[in-house]
Amino acid sequence: MSEVIRVENLKTYFKTIRGTVKAVDGISLHIDEGEIVGLVGESGCGKSVTMLSVMQLINVPPGKIVAGKVIFEGKNILEYPSRGSEMSHIRGAKIAMIFQEPMTSLNPVLTIARQLTETLEIHLKMNPLDARERAIRLLSNVEIPNAKGRIDDYPHQFSGGMRQRVMIAMALSCNPRMVIADEPTTALDVTTQAQLLELMKEQVTAHHTSLILVTHNLGVVARYVERIYVMYAGRVVEASPSSELFARPRHPYTIGLLNSVPRLGETRKKRKLVPITGMPPNLIDMPTTCAFLPRCHHHIPVCEKEPWPILREVGKDHFVSCYANVLEKT
Amino acid sequence: MSTQKTDNIVEIKNLKMYFPITRGLLQRKVSDIKAVDDISFIIKRHETLGLVGESGCGKTTTGRCILRLYNPTAGEIFFNGKNIARLPERKIRPLRSGIGSIFQDPYGSLNPRKTAGNIVSVPMLIHHTIPKNELNDRVSETLQMVGLDPGMIDRVPHEFSGGQRQRLGIARALACRPSLIVCDEPISALDVSIQAQIINLLEELQERLGLTYLFIAHDLSIVQHISDRIAVMYLGRIVEIAGSEELYENTLHPYTKALLSAIPIPDPELDKSRHRIILKGEVPNPANPPAGCHFHPRCPEAKQKCEISRPPLIDLGNGHMVACFRTSETL
Repeated sequence: MSEVIRVENLKTYFKTIRGTVKAVDGISLHIDEGEIVGLVGESGCGKSVTMLSVMQLINVPPGKIVAGKVIFEGKNILEYPSRGSEMSHIRGAKIAMIFQEPMTSLNPVLTIARQLTETLEIHLKMNPLDARERAIRLLSNVEIPNAKGRIDDYPHQFSGGMRQRVMIAMALSCNPRMVIADEPTTALDVTTQAQLLELMKEQVTAHHTSLILVTHNLGVVARYVERIYVMYAGRVVEASPSSELFARPRHPYTIGLLNSVPRLGETRKKRKLVPITGMPPNLIDMPTTCAFLPRCHHHIPVCEKEPWPILREVGKDHFVSCYANVLEKT
Repeated sequence: MSTQKTDNIVEIKNLKMYFPITRGLLQRKVSDIKAVDDISFIIKRHETLGLVGESGCGKTTTGRCILRLYNPTAGEIFFNGKNIARLPERKIRPLRSGIGSIFQDPYGSLNPRKTAGNIVSVPMLIHHTIPKNELNDRVSETLQMVGLDPGMIDRVPHEFSGGQRQRLGIARALACRPSLIVCDEPISALDVSIQAQIINLLEELQERLGLTYLFIAHDLSIVQHISDRIAVMYLGRIVEIAGSEELYENTLHPYTKALLSAIPIPDPELDKSRHRIILKGEVPNPANPPAGCHFHPRCPEAKQKCEISRPPLIDLGNGHMVACFRTSETL
């Protein structure tokens, strides 16, 4: 399979009064055509900033992409000016984005029809009538009942789950090569969440589109993605095929995450939760050693002397950035 | 604390909480939102009762009725054997020292201008639970109980991290040494790695202090972990109550089944073997709920009867109660 996008050693820093926040500090990842990949980490680990950097949607200043490449269709798209025509074509037509908050990412004063047809008219040069036809089809594809009747509604007339369906329709409207979904279901109820993830998977598979699912919930990605990147403090600490990651996690942080969530059907009498002690590091004064060291139970003497370990291969397509050779069955 | 020692710390009978919908200039009442629509349950002393359901199902409203932050429309709420549903505010106040509360948002629920010491000591002062000269010791002791350094007593909320703030919220709830704590989504605003810390803290405190929890949350896997018994709510009604293990192993209500199957689990192998039920549609508008069983339009097992009358909550023995015509018939 060919690669759709490759991010190489991306660094995005933010200048603040207190110092430079290294939100993304050397991330490399790649996504193949039609592949569904998960990007997992806690708040502040840099997962959203990575995705916003790819789209050049970082506010400059205070933010700045200080290093790295984003290779998309053979070109480094970070070389394009962020407000240039090349970038806006990529943003609308080639790489689409779905955000967490469906209320704020739709324009409340425009009808659903207008918001859907705009991209079609601009990027696919469709005439208004054709665009409307297609918009209705897109809405019925995402299972909005009575799409024809509801297309002229405003966002507030839709429920949260329906708005997120509109966002999915909008993201897929120009047949993008890749969709970035940033916490697409976090604000929704579990039953709606299940519906939407199912729908998203179905839609991207049908169009052979690549999908990056950005989330803090390992459970969400488990079912839907083929590969997972686990991020911590601005870096990838583990990358692995999904089944391998859950069966044989190798980074102490990943192991910690898996042990700290309750399993269904497991009450406290059966197993006590094992939390990760301490807190995530301050991204301003990052230690030169592994950032997870203060919270790590598996550290060995070398961890305290050497800089943050680079990713090394520990299995087929399985990479981990850890000096200790941790093998733990979860 | 009450001297009466009944087995049931809380007993709720036919509780209803309706919010009026008003229209027009004169705010004429046109109908009601039945946020809580005739529910009954008990909370046993020293247990954790989990209350789960999706947004808008009335779980938070139920919690607030028990705290008497709302005046219930109808029904009875017994706290330590005393009916508090109709008590006037001045009589409710002394009882409040026996019921603590922890809220979801550790940012919004702490006054940003008060110090940690202030936040924890005010409930003690209001309820005169301890003499003034012991106040400082008691505040430090309470902070220590939740794993905060008493040296942080003069800090204001923004100087704490999210997890520490929630600990502070718990310290405030413990200030008067209550016997019951209503925890309303206490961990859903926290990061995954911090959630487990708070869950473990709540469990430890319960063992140490003999607390009773009403644990309100939407995440069934967490509720199941912490609770002894679970009540599942849908659109203002309780559809199933059972012990946590029983609820998982012998799920009866179609809604509970769907809820359980929708929970993402971090194990792809196990996940593949699960039978998934993806519900159609969305939770209906609570201002205009469907007739009969509220769940029937989305229920894969609904029959004609379900569209007409409300299924009663039937006890099947061993404390497992379910409100569904199908399940009570097949047994």
